[in-house]
Amino acid sequence: MSTPDVRMSPASAVGLVASREISTRLKSKAYRITTLVMLILVVAVVAVFKLIGGGGGADVTVGYLPSAAPLAAPLTATAKTLDEEVATQQVPDRAAGEAKLRDGSFDALLVQDAQRVHVQVNKTLDAKLKNALTVLAGQVALDQQIIGLHGDPAQVRQAMASASVDELPPLEKPYDYDSQQLVLGIVAGILIYLSLMLNGQIVAQGVVEEKTSRVVELLLSTIKPWQLMTGKVLGIGTVGLLQMLAIGVVGLAAGLGFGVLTISLSAAVGTVVWLIVWYLLGFFMYSIVFAALGALVSRQEDVGGTTMPALMLVIAGYVVGISVLPSDPSNSFAEVLSVIPVFAPTLMPMRLAMGGVPVWEAVVSVGLVVLLIPVLIWLAARIYRNAVMRTGAKVKLRDALRAA
Amino acid sequence: MAEPGLEIDGISKQYGAVVALQRMTFDVRQGELFGFVGSNGAGKTTTMRIALGVLSADSGEVRYAGERITHETRRHIGYMPEERGLYPKMKVGEQLTYLARLHGMPPAEAKASTERWTERLGVAARRDDEVEKLSLGNQQRVQLAAALVHEPRILVLDEPFSGLDPVAVDVMSAVLREKAADGVPVVFSSHQLDLVERLCDRIGIVRSGRMEACGTVPELRSGAGGAPRVLVDAPEAPENWAAGLPGVRVLGRKGAVTELELGAGADDQTVLRAALATGPVREFTRKQPSLTDLFRSVVTEHQEAAA
Repeated sequence: MSTPDVRMSPASAVGLVASREISTRLKSKAYRITTLVMLILVVAVVAVFKLIGGGGGADVTVGYLPSAAPLAAPLTATAKTLDEEVATQQVPDRAAGEAKLRDGSFDALLVQDAQRVHVQVNKTLDAKLKNALTVLAGQVALDQQIIGLHGDPAQVRQAMASASVDELPPLEKPYDYDSQQLVLGIVAGILIYLSLMLNGQIVAQGVVEEKTSRVVELLLSTIKPWQLMTGKVLGIGTVGLLQMLAIGVVGLAAGLGFGVLTISLSAAVGTVVWLIVWYLLGFFMYSIVFAALGALVSRQEDVGGTTMPALMLVIAGYVVGISVLPSDPSNSFAEVLSVIPVFAPTLMPMRLAMGGVPVWEAVVSVGLVVLLIPVLIWLAARIYRNAVMRTGAKVKLRDALRAA
Repeated sequence: MAEPGLEIDGISKQYGAVVALQRMTFDVRQGELFGFVGSNGAGKTTTMRIALGVLSADSGEVRYAGERITHETRRHIGYMPEERGLYPKMKVGEQLTYLARLHGMPPAEAKASTERWTERLGVAARRDDEVEKLSLGNQQRVQLAAALVHEPRILVLDEPFSGLDPVAVDVMSAVLREKAADGVPVVFSSHQLDLVERLCDRIGIVRSGRMEACGTVPELRSGAGGAPRVLVDAPEAPENWAAGLPGVRVLGRKGAVTELELGAGADDQTVLRAALATGPVREFTRKQPSLTDLFRSVVTEHQEAAA
């Protein structure tokens, strides 16, 4: 039996650990299922957008009796200024109109008797339609008053239409937020958040699994703690990246294919590229922290508790992003947070997808995270090395940092 | 036997106020089977962990072939930790190949070695099963395979026999002997003292983090200071037939058999003649203290000293 000469560089040790993680994850049923579910979700979301927004059909259909015929065209016009598409259809009598209300083909039925506009609905009146009708009723009343004063309603209307506030150019040019980019930003935020939560937890669980099964002692008798930790993070990160890429590409393809996304291909690709950059930065930043925190405990049940502080930061960034940014993309609080490294991975990609981020902010936030990562690696390696061999009770963070 | 194998030289380790090891020193020569015995908590596991670099010592050093052991040399050690551990959800074959590769074996060799060792240890049929699906005994065999799969030049095994059925004990013993015959220094700890006595070339007895006695079984016997004992089966001898013999102490009598301790100045031939004088002597045996006896005397000696 010959004894082979065993020489192994640190890089190949890390590579071996990483490739084990990758093959284990790719073979795992849980991973395949989550990926498939996420892909289906993305396609489903795109399809839903197609059905809601892209149809081009009317938002509401209003029926009218012959007596209300003069109102049909003004209603459509008024509704349009309120951002509502109204289709109109004439019915011969009230009974026919009410039948159509009941079967749902009409949302409202207009009846005019003498000087008043009446509207009949099946259950409730659509809010926007109500506004449009109120404006319309006001106009009808105005017209009658003008006629009563022997004026010409058409002339008055023309004068009113031409009277408007003259808008001077703004001092600072505001960024024009595109609604599709807002949606993209929200989707980017959700994806980053989900994959940080998912893959970060997997790193922590993987560390604890090695501790619980005690295989860690065997591993550390041949490779160094930092090699094991780095390999694990890289392996799980790679698998997460594959997932992210698949979702990004499928989502974009579906969006462009269904015609839901009408923004330029370069903007769409830019979003995906930023998404991946921030996924990588966020993942490495958080997963090394998760690895260190995972090393402190010996049971899978304790993983949740030990990773909670780091998870709270991920959640906080995400919650601020998802609750503030869609309605106020240039919110200054979110803007400040998005540059701070711990919140940047969730907030910055959302802002970048929505657009209007000054270049310096994008650069500074990336730079800060890149600077923070080596510090975290140093700290995490220290905690990991000191805690990973101690089984039993949870190791106190302070002890893990102090011990030589 | 002159070539140095694994040397543990003056290793001390303290956990806070608890002293785990005090200048632990011993060596395992090339091709030697070394048994490491001691009560629970005596420091066997700590010593092995330090040898493997899984734990760091406060002072002292571990050498192999005369040189201080490094991370690179440690790759040549086959290790079986006291806390058994493998990835529960990884297949036996994949796991062993992975471990071989982590020790620096090229892929093809790692695969071939996995096949060879799973066959040798009787778990070849389970190569495609996840470790957690195996019986405890088979998991033990896989654990041993994990220590052997990279063809180590040194073997350090913590309680390799615990939890094994008699057949597996035989297989394990044969493998260890064979490895030693290849020139590999083999050190293992065990509580099965009869097994250690049978198998090992030399034995070290540890107590409270210190090597109390170390050597071959005969060396231990003479070193332990236990005076030789004889058993005399003389059915017709009176109760106190041996009482007046010079240097002889009567330890007890069971039926016709009297157990005597021969102190300084005692002559076994005088004892035999005295026995024959009482009538027929059916048996006259020099009783060798077993490793268990030696172990007890080492451990109790110190308990008395401490008391």
